[in-house]
Amino acid sequence: MKAAVITFPGSNCDRDMHVALERATGQAPLGVWHKDTTLPDGLDLVVVPGGFSFGDYLRCGAIAARAPVMNAVVDFALRGGLVLGVCNGFQILIEAGLLPGALMRNSGLKYICKPQALRVATHDSAFTAALGETATYTIAHHDGNFIADAQTLDRLTGEDRVAFTYEGNPNGSLNDIAGILSENRRVLGMMPHPERLNDPALGGTDGAAFFAGLVSSLETA
Amino acid sequence: MKVRVDITLKPGVLDPQGEAVRHALGALGFDGVQGVRQGKVIELDLATEDADLAKTQAAQMAEKLLSNQVIENFTVTVI
Repeated sequence: MKAAVITFPGSNCDRDMHVALERATGQAPLGVWHKDTTLPDGLDLVVVPGGFSFGDYLRCGAIAARAPVMNAVVDFALRGGLVLGVCNGFQILIEAGLLPGALMRNSGLKYICKPQALRVATHDSAFTAALGETATYTIAHHDGNFIADAQTLDRLTGEDRVAFTYEGNPNGSLNDIAGILSENRRVLGMMPHPERLNDPALGGTDGAAFFAGLVSSLETA
Repeated sequence: MKVRVDITLKPGVLDPQGEAVRHALGALGFDGVQGVRQGKVIELDLATEDADLAKTQAAQMAEKLLSNQVIENFTVTVI
């Protein structure tokens, strides 16, 4: 699997993402800078990692979503490419219009950083097909409170596009939503960080299973 | 020409920061604050001296970047 990881000024999970992808695929992912206007050829996956792109100025992800590279990422997604956005990456994909809704300040107003139990809400995507019913990934965010209007929520639920829900809602997200899929099920945005629970030394390996599962579902597809 | 863009949360969108401010006001003894909604003010200094053009440009900026229309409304005022 050929993957690329986008780095913005203020990204801070890009290196963890590189390590997780290299372990799962046996191939180092390519690094793409936010000012690049094209993506490398032949990619299977583009990852928008977590962090505090552009200092979270204006709104989380708002400036990064308008960075030069994002036109190429949107094109890639519209052509059916697989795109994963984690945490700030999820915020960026929403701001770029690839996913619906908005991510607001946590209802408790506090930055939360802890392992978080999740339910895998659908297995109908390359990202989640190989996963079990539950998983624990790290959450680390101040603005993960997912909101959308009632019509959008109904669509997400009706089209089975909620990918992950929280077990014990940490941030006030409507319907406990932790991650959602695009209409074509090829774009996943999620607040939890699978790349951060990627080694027993880090406290867990559910994240390693997430990336291994993605690789295996692409191989069998 | 200077233009001000006021950005406010849409009605019905929960505002946890506004709620925290409301509680803090209560703790300071300001009774009777029934609601607080927090927003943003952005002042733009535009090259044009045409007020209509300035308003149009600012509205386009607000639609494309300054506000998130999923959760926010904006108004543009020439100042």
